[in-house]
Amino acid sequence: MNFTRRDTLFMAIGSAVAAALPLRAFAAVEDDIAAFTGGAAVGTEGITLIAPEIAENGNTVPIEVSAPGAVAIMVLAAGNPTPAVATFTFGPLAAAQSAATRIRLAGTQDVIAIAKMPDGSFVRASQEVKVTIGGCGG
Amino acid sequence: MISRRDFLQASMAASAIVGASGFGNWGRLAAQQLLTQDDLMQFDTFGNVSLIHVTDIHAQLKPIWFREPEINIGVGGNKGEVPHVTGADFRRLYGIEDGSASHYALTHDDFVALGRTYGQMGGLDRVATVINNIRAARPDALLLDGGDTWHGSYTCLKTQGQDMVNVMNLLKPDAMTFHWEFTLGSDRVREIVGDLPFAAMGQNIYDAEWDEPAEDFLPYKFYETGGVKVAVIGQAFPYMPIANPGWMFPEYSFGIRDQHMQEMVDEVRGLGAELVVCLSHNGFDVDKKMASRVTGIDVILSGHTHDALPEPVLVGDTIIVASGSNGKFVSRIDLNVRDGQMMGFRHKLIPIFSDVITPDPEVAAAIDAERAPFLSELTEVIGKTADDTLLYRRGNFNGSWDDLICEALIEEREADIAMSPGVRWGPSIMPGQDITREDIYNVTSMTYGKAYRTEMTGEFIHTIMEDVGDNLFNPDPYYQQGGDMVRVGGMGYRIDINQPIGSRISDLTLLKTGEAIDPAKTYVVAGWASVNENTEGPQIWDVVESHIRKKGTVAVAPNTSVQVIGA
Repeated sequence: MNFTRRDTLFMAIGSAVAAALPLRAFAAVEDDIAAFTGGAAVGTEGITLIAPEIAENGNTVPIEVSAPGAVAIMVLAAGNPTPAVATFTFGPLAAAQSAATRIRLAGTQDVIAIAKMPDGSFVRASQEVKVTIGGCGG
Repeated sequence: MISRRDFLQASMAASAIVGASGFGNWGRLAAQQLLTQDDLMQFDTFGNVSLIHVTDIHAQLKPIWFREPEINIGVGGNKGEVPHVTGADFRRLYGIEDGSASHYALTHDDFVALGRTYGQMGGLDRVATVINNIRAARPDALLLDGGDTWHGSYTCLKTQGQDMVNVMNLLKPDAMTFHWEFTLGSDRVREIVGDLPFAAMGQNIYDAEWDEPAEDFLPYKFYETGGVKVAVIGQAFPYMPIANPGWMFPEYSFGIRDQHMQEMVDEVRGLGAELVVCLSHNGFDVDKKMASRVTGIDVILSGHTHDALPEPVLVGDTIIVASGSNGKFVSRIDLNVRDGQMMGFRHKLIPIFSDVITPDPEVAAAIDAERAPFLSELTEVIGKTADDTLLYRRGNFNGSWDDLICEALIEEREADIAMSPGVRWGPSIMPGQDITREDIYNVTSMTYGKAYRTEMTGEFIHTIMEDVGDNLFNPDPYYQQGGDMVRVGGMGYRIDINQPIGSRISDLTLLKTGEAIDPAKTYVVAGWASVNENTEGPQIWDVVESHIRKKGTVAVAPNTSVQVIGA
């Protein structure tokens, strides 16, 4: 898969050393997750995913993810033809383990973030982002 | 005499709901005999801080009829919870006597009979009298405007909101947040905001390009009142570019952004705020959820969904106040703040009975001056309602105003099916009443009012219905947009509100033939208020005016084409 500036716009937060590595295009979300976690159990504490509940424009949806202490965070758009969005890796000198980007969503779907912690454990957060026709508001 | 017990006053220490007294025989001029201005405004000043809340005025400078909703369905955790309680159930809940002034002001049934007794409500000159009365008791009371102020009338449309800006400035608000104001276009909004003598706020108004707080608006402002340091945080309508045309204000992004709201609350607390007030245009259910997720807000002044509640709703340590719409009500909230803590409150939803409350002369003159250049256009009679037809809109599904608009679209635009937006604004018209051009603009005026005519497949029509249905009935309030269901003419349908998106809408039927809508077939659809740029067609108010003029007297039969399941 190609990463174009049109689809994603990366911003490093503070002095974070964030690098985006495109994942190989797996067909299924579960395969992506299994490849990242190696099948390990995934917790829910210590990761924050910020995404709009309803996208203003499905072609460019701002998201932000942070997981203090993480060595890597993978972001997936579960309903896209190619679910893999990015994996951010953080070196030992990174001051903060957070990243913000904009992603394109094909329709209403869950956005998933999974962080790999230094002890080899994993934590996960997800949020549904609705992509709607709109109109008719109060 | 209306009893002061009729309108509830509550305090943290001793909250009480008591029955109202009855009102005996009704008759003409009964309003003046039964109600007095002093009783309506009676309030034992409490504590050390007073807040005055107005919201969703929708440019209604003059008194209006406004029937509250009959159908207002709550879903998920809000099923059966206020504001999703209507009619007799609402009156029982708040101890409101049948036939009372509160019955008329707050519920839908017997609207015509009670309206003839108690008269029209609202009028910003009457609102001014109430505000002046509160300020006489508490000179430094804060007046907070929840937005949807610069939209909704002929004069507001023609002056691009300037009539409302001029009149509201006389009321001297302290802060305001926004929704429909942005449909004036971002240049016009910035032009007005740049000259406003009070704070324009919204912590969730962001710069769309950089996804950071927009510099044109304040997230919050501090006020010193009654020796208390009060922080007011703004919360604009979260779904502006989705529910309204985003191309009119492309520089801005919105959203609920409750993490940022928490940061703002923490920031103002850190700066010494003793009372934190959120001036919100979220809608009531969204405000309830936000209150459960953000800690440290004492008072949310809730707007957008047009609910009028006689007492605040408590979520955790936050009270949520809903003050109705169209100038019908003013909320007064007195608070006792000691040592940085809200110790108690007293609240009153003050109904603006226009025949009872004396207009403030200065504001009345200013309103007439704003209207004077347009008076002949405003007052031209286009038609009248039949003796059995009340025109109203408010409610989750088609109101009679919507049915009339859809009929106009179908007949004037030669369409199979009509769609009209499920907005919550638009005053009512009594049976046997003249319909003026102003009345038509009151239910249609907007900056994107062109009536489109297009072809849609049955499948796409179904998709639209499902999409709008989910914006109203998604069990999570954060996924609701706060409008009502799209109004449909020429087509019947069945909606099971408890199903997920894609499964709620069924039995689409073309009414003129009685046949089921074919997903593969193409139908001619007329509608208005498209959020798409470059929409073409005549303005909706011209379509409706032409239709009413041809009819002369309009009669609207009860709508039986929408079948609601799971309410």
